Amino acid sequence: MRPWRHSIAVLLLVSTATLAQSSLPPARYANTQLEDPRQEAEAKALMETLRCLVCQGQSIADSDADLAGDMRSLVRQRIKAGERPEAIRAWLIERYGEWVSYSPPLEPLTWPLWAAPVVLLLAGLWLARGRFRLKRR
Amino acid sequence: MKRLILWAPLAVFAGFLMVVAFGLKRPPDPAIHSKLVGKPMPAFELKPAVAEHPGLSSEDLKQGAPRLVNVFASWCVPCIAEAPVLMELKRRGVPIDGIAIRDRGEDVAAFLARNRDPYAHIGTDPNSQVQLALGSSGVPETFVVDGKGVIRLQHIGAINPNELGDIIAALEAAK
Repeated sequence: MRPWRHSIAVLLLVSTATLAQSSLPPARYANTQLEDPRQEAEAKALMETLRCLVCQGQSIADSDADLAGDMRSLVRQRIKAGERPEAIRAWLIERYGEWVSYSPPLEPLTWPLWAAPVVLLLAGLWLARGRFRLKRR
Repeated sequence: MKRLILWAPLAVFAGFLMVVAFGLKRPPDPAIHSKLVGKPMPAFELKPAVAEHPGLSSEDLKQGAPRLVNVFASWCVPCIAEAPVLMELKRRGVPIDGIAIRDRGEDVAAFLARNRDPYAHIGTDPNSQVQLALGSSGVPETFVVDGKGVIRLQHIGAINPNELGDIIAALEAAK
């Protein structure tokens, strides 16, 4: 077998694995809102900023994967039990790393991410400065 | 000074291209590694998945000797490929416990009848809650747990026959 064929075979194997879904019904709160609208709003806001572990690039609020449903149920059950959303995020980060959260904290690794908009805005103002001066003349 | 500034956008663009080229060249690693390696197993207690085996709790993983915890499912295709490797580990005297993810008892029983049964305990995790507590994101995954219940290694995906040595080595190191 040529190497590229080999990699295609591996890709097919991997894709069947990720497509496999269980036949069990979704978890209790996977697709069911919480009774208390205030708690549901909290849960929804958190779910939109947590990354799906299977379809990486979607939030768990958007994903149809079984595991995303189970994560939504976990989030809603814990919110229902009175846990703070940031505590649930911390619990997941403890297990999966910062990767699982779409809301990056301010730390040495991420400060360019937060500083970039300000720096770009300042650079833009500085560039535009010359133009404004020209018009006034 | 003015002349130099004219080149600045090009320099920024070149820098951008370099970042993109670097990102494209580096092979992506879609595996999500659990941050719990080196830490104690989170406390859990799972009901038995099948009648023939007891369920699994975190206390069962503090028996003084290292064990394997295999996260699997009857609906998982690579788990079938992994089954003979687990049987080989069992033959070498390695205790293996299973956590069946989102599975029915009868489906697990049929899976074990078809692919043979390497497990001591099998706990059922119908809503993946223990899987999430372990920092695991798919099936199959295998954890090497030492005699005190500390996770020593996470193996993501099926254990290939050529990876058997790595698992044995991790078990030895966990002794």
